[in-house]
Amino acid sequence: MLGLNTKDTWLLVIVALMTLFAPFLLNPFPANSSLAQFNAGYPDLMQRFVIFGIFAIGFNILFGLTGYLSFGHAAFLGVGSYAAVWMFKLLGYNVVPAIILSVIVGAVFALLIGFISLRRSGIYFSILTLAFAQMSFALAYSVLTPITNGETGLQVYTSDPQYFQRSGAPDIPHFFGLEMRATETLRMGGWSFDINAGYYLCAAVLLVAFYMAIRLFRSPFGMMLRAVKSNQQRLNYTGLNARPYTLAAFVISGMYAGLAGGLMASMDPLAGAERMQWTASGEVVLMTILGGAGTLIGPVLGAGFIKYFENIFSKINDGVLHGWFGFLPDGIENVLVTVVHPFVGKGWHLTLGLLFMLVVIFLPGGLVEGGQRIGKYVFRRRGRKAGGAEAEAARKQPAE
Amino acid sequence: MGILEVKNVNKNFGGLKALSEVNLSVKENSVHAIIGPNGAGKSTLLNCLIGKLIPDTGSVMFDGQSVLGRKPHEINQMGISRVFQTPEIFGDLTVFENVMIPIFAKRDGSFRMHAFESVAHERDIVEEAEAVLADVNMLEKRDLHAASLSRGDKRRLEMAMCLSQKPKLLLLDEPTAGMARADTNNTIDLLNQIKAKRDITMCIIEHDMHVVFSLADRITVLAQGTPLVEDTPDKIKGHPKVQEAYLGEAA
Ligand SMILES: Nc1ncnc2c1ncn2[C@@H]1O[C@H](COP(=O)(O)OP(=O)(O)OP(=O)(O)O)[C@@H](O)[C@H]1O
Ligand SMILES: [Mg+2]
Repeated sequence: MLGLNTKDTWLLVIVALMTLFAPFLLNPFPANSSLAQFNAGYPDLMQRFVIFGIFAIGFNILFGLTGYLSFGHAAFLGVGSYAAVWMFKLLGYNVVPAIILSVIVGAVFALLIGFISLRRSGIYFSILTLAFAQMSFALAYSVLTPITNGETGLQVYTSDPQYFQRSGAPDIPHFFGLEMRATETLRMGGWSFDINAGYYLCAAVLLVAFYMAIRLFRSPFGMMLRAVKSNQQRLNYTGLNARPYTLAAFVISGMYAGLAGGLMASMDPLAGAERMQWTASGEVVLMTILGGAGTLIGPVLGAGFIKYFENIFSKINDGVLHGWFGFLPDGIENVLVTVVHPFVGKGWHLTLGLLFMLVVIFLPGGLVEGGQRIGKYVFRRRGRKAGGAEAEAARKQPAE
Repeated sequence: MGILEVKNVNKNFGGLKALSEVNLSVKENSVHAIIGPNGAGKSTLLNCLIGKLIPDTGSVMFDGQSVLGRKPHEINQMGISRVFQTPEIFGDLTVFENVMIPIFAKRDGSFRMHAFESVAHERDIVEEAEAVLADVNMLEKRDLHAASLSRGDKRRLEMAMCLSQKPKLLLLDEPTAGMARADTNNTIDLLNQIKAKRDITMCIIEHDMHVVFSLADRITVLAQGTPLVEDTPDKIKGHPKVQEAYLGEAA
């Protein structure tokens, strides 16, 4: 279907179903239960899941396929956001032109930065991209204040021209009249589910972005990118010029980042310089590696995982902990709370860092590898239960 | 005029004269062997032909055009492919992908933005790659990771990659080193078959005299960066200078 083989079609269908039913899947706990704080199905967070998913899918096209590790991809996310807000200021609140421009601006910036940075490889490439991103951040923060509104951040004012804003149209970002903020809350028994327009717009864009990534992975172009990572020397002596291939990959991943930035601004019409900071660039590296660099679904999983931690774990404070351990004798309760305290709330970074280390050491292929191992394990056990020499022989085969 | 003309090439590494005043002329569709002791500069000479190194002085003409100042991928697109002394393959890719890439390079040139086609749908390339793998008896290994192959198979794969491009000039740097006897014989058979077609020029570096004498039309003996003699295999066998500088030592 759609030019994909059966396996890839299934992957796309599964991702489509997950995004479609995310508001329900992410809210498994009744709204009044004590576990409700683990629900992630609120519009803000779901939007972030998919937007960072798009960002990571694009980053993975560069890093996962070619092995070029960029530490400056947040710069493209940032310029995408600025471009989108400028479209709101100049044209009006329809998100379509904003999203289109954010992709174009992402591409232009990536072309410039990539052209220079790709003259080097390895750590020097990483440092160059980092330098460019920090430069962009510093410029956005200070010198370019007329364009970026500096520290305050770029936003839409009533005095802005908005030449194409029709009088009846909503005064917040909308998709041909459908407000991005529009949310329908469904209540079913104790549960409640938020159906949000902005989320579904982002999810639709994610599906298109994911589909394009699958096509790219399976194309001759994608194969050449993997060849760059594997042995660039051989590629050159085989008559292929690695430079345009890596530059094209860089620009494509810059477009994905710009798109993510544009969507971010479309959900909340603000753009600040901090979006370009190196921590943001590092975050997408973590997402990709955590999920599984070079795999199709890995970056999306990694993005979801990190955003879930950031938003859910960080909300578990001492009060919540006391609630959990309240049934225990006071002494034990206090000890447990003290022990757990550094890992939750403001300490969520610590937990994430530990998990990241565990994944990198024990699952170099990221969460995807973890999933594959579990899959194999389950499969093998079932095979053994079925009995017979066949299953026994299969078990003796090496795992690879 | 040969298809490859090397004139007065010099290459120094620091104080070391790796190549000094090397002249070499290779006739079209012939097999030219380069022999010489370790460190004679044989690999260095090939490096100067494919753009890996740039000679300090001298000229290298291929097919009437200078290769000097051209990038490696441009030189390959002129029609020169090389098998390296230590196999250079795409270890993370499958055997099949390894042979498809050179065929793509031959068909589409040094860059093409084919990001929306599917590799599986490139019928012509898939068929050609299958034929090439069949030629080197590796079809059953097509889905293995190239890095997992034995050393001999890596060399055969690299040879298949080069042959799949149908180059005008094929450079082979010790193609049988590290191969089991049976594999060596297979490789010689393969090279003889290619030679019989007489539509490709080969330049082969080899320590195995059996291979050299059974294949080469002409032989150049290189020692300490300088060609000592160049002649037919029969003449080389009996040449006193060669006996002394190389064969004597090897025997
Ligand atoms: N990139 C380099 N930098 C410095 N010295 C080099 C370099 N490449 C080769 N040499 C030196 O040049 C000399 C010739 O090396 P070369 O590899 O051409 O020899 P060779 O004839 O191919 O030997 P072998 O039969 O062992 O492969 C050697 O002394 C080697 O150490
Ligand atoms: Mg050598």
